[in-house]
Amino acid sequence: MTEKIVLNMITQRAIEEGQAMEKGKTTPEYFEACSIVEMNPEDMKKLGIWKNTNVRVTSEAGSVVVKAIEPTQYCPPGLAHIRQGVWANQVVPPRTQSTGVPQYSGFPVTIEPAVNEKIKSALELVQGAVGLWKGGNS
Amino acid sequence: MPKLITQVGCPYCGSSCDDIEVLVSEDGKRILETRNACVIGNEIFHHVSSPDRPKKPRMRQPDGSTKEVSYDEAVDFTARTLIKAKKPLIYGFGSTNCEGMSAVARVAEKAGAVLDNCASICHGPSFLAIFDNGYPSCTLGEVKNRADVIVFWGCNPMHAHPRHTSRYSIFPRGFFTNKGQMHRTIISIDPRETDTAKLADYHFMLKQGHDYDLFDAFRTVLRGHDIPAEVAGCKREMILEAAEKMRNARFVMIFFGMGCTHTDGRNHNVDIAISLTRDLNSHTKASIMAMRGHYNIAGPGQVWSWQFGFPYCIDLSKGTHAHMNPGETSSIDLAMRDEVDCFVNVGTDAGAHFPIEAIRHLKKHPFITVDPNICMASEIADLHVPVRVVGVEEPGVVYRMDNVPIQFKKVIDGPEGVPSDEEFFDHVYTRMCELTQTEPTWLPVKAHAQVSTFAEN
Repeated sequence: MTEKIVLNMITQRAIEEGQAMEKGKTTPEYFEACSIVEMNPEDMKKLGIWKNTNVRVTSEAGSVVVKAIEPTQYCPPGLAHIRQGVWANQVVPPRTQSTGVPQYSGFPVTIEPAVNEKIKSALELVQGAVGLWKGGNS
Repeated sequence: MPKLITQVGCPYCGSSCDDIEVLVSEDGKRILETRNACVIGNEIFHHVSSPDRPKKPRMRQPDGSTKEVSYDEAVDFTARTLIKAKKPLIYGFGSTNCEGMSAVARVAEKAGAVLDNCASICHGPSFLAIFDNGYPSCTLGEVKNRADVIVFWGCNPMHAHPRHTSRYSIFPRGFFTNKGQMHRTIISIDPRETDTAKLADYHFMLKQGHDYDLFDAFRTVLRGHDIPAEVAGCKREMILEAAEKMRNARFVMIFFGMGCTHTDGRNHNVDIAISLTRDLNSHTKASIMAMRGHYNIAGPGQVWSWQFGFPYCIDLSKGTHAHMNPGETSSIDLAMRDEVDCFVNVGTDAGAHFPIEAIRHLKKHPFITVDPNICMASEIADLHVPVRVVGVEEPGVVYRMDNVPIQFKKVIDGPEGVPSDEEFFDHVYTRMCELTQTEPTWLPVKAHAQVSTFAEN
């Protein structure tokens, strides 16, 4: 058991995310679908957490608390996946290799248990980033 | 009696399905049922009648709250903001029709703006590779009728294009592929065992980010050379076997997605995919296609190439000519370098889909969102302008992922007083001409159509 684990992160689409997004990004469905990180059970074991535990994911660009779940589509050890959307984009590095496209897939992240931390809502993350969040920290 | 409308287009993914059936209430105002659509398409059709949908523009107040304003005020604010800005960025267009895109392009030219679309964070690298290496592509109809080896490289249509496999690529029975799935060999290349990979005969679970190596291995084998025992985490025997399948196919189809363009290598991954397609054509017929994400994201590439000569990242701020140089004139790079002083988000949600740091930069300046729904970009905007939903309340031309234009229908009336993207931006253009006391250099499409009909007669 270690306190931290470094994984390779990819952020891509999922049908659950697509459906929830069309229902609305402020809905509980969108929160459920996107505020998660999928990682291999072996990596969870290394990190000393059970599935469905909150973890803090940190990259060169930022940090976000999400729930670690077992992959809905098999993810090998060493690879982690956050579905594209608000939570993923808190950690996606904006570097583009001069092509215009940020590094949405294939960037290192550190994952650590964050059992007592709360997952922020989409609105809190985005409005909070630009100083418009009025809802407090709950 | 409710009315059944058939052959309706679906405004979600790049498959642009045009076989949806929608049951509409007798007064033509409500959607009761959809048939044939996937779960996501179904959600879009039903969401239009959601009571939470905004029907008036909302302006941000100094205290951070929002206040409803009239459409005239919204037009005036947008026009004035664009005139005042030295270099505005107008971005989006994942979800609107070609008519709306050309209307926004007229505004962009007037404003000396940078005009960019979602390809900029999606298939932009594919454009770069296509400029360099060509695009030996075909239509989805040809895929359905001819292709017997299908390669899904870095794409997961079971999730991102839910009906793609049943309409075009894996299951349908075509003219020369009359046994459907039985007739096809499916190859999936993905670092995860996705739901598409589960349908494949060969799944290459490559090491993430090593796409170029694996493409190169396939090219090497097809040119008759040997490869190492393992490439990108995939066994030589499996590569040889799949290469043999490709060589002996009657028609190989390569679909590629974000797995190639979002990761290290970017355009180089697509470049070598195109080279592989070219190599395959010395053995059999082969074709390649980008899995475009939205139902009309191929549209701006078509419309703006016709208007300005470039598909995306178009810098019109020079006033004399259009300039395109992704990396310099692309939305994320412009935002990160603080080179734009106004942001207009049209038919997309940059708030949710840009890296958050880019949003922080853009939000230092006026931020306008034109989109039918509440989204992240609308909730941080200084002005949010709701518009009609294309494909549901507004007809128009859309380009499917294979660049085939399709006329989408309107199935119900939009909320009263809510304009389409095209109408809103035509008003902005007129207002900009009034404010700057200049003559319009473009006619709105509808006026243009009337003038040309008149001239013909």
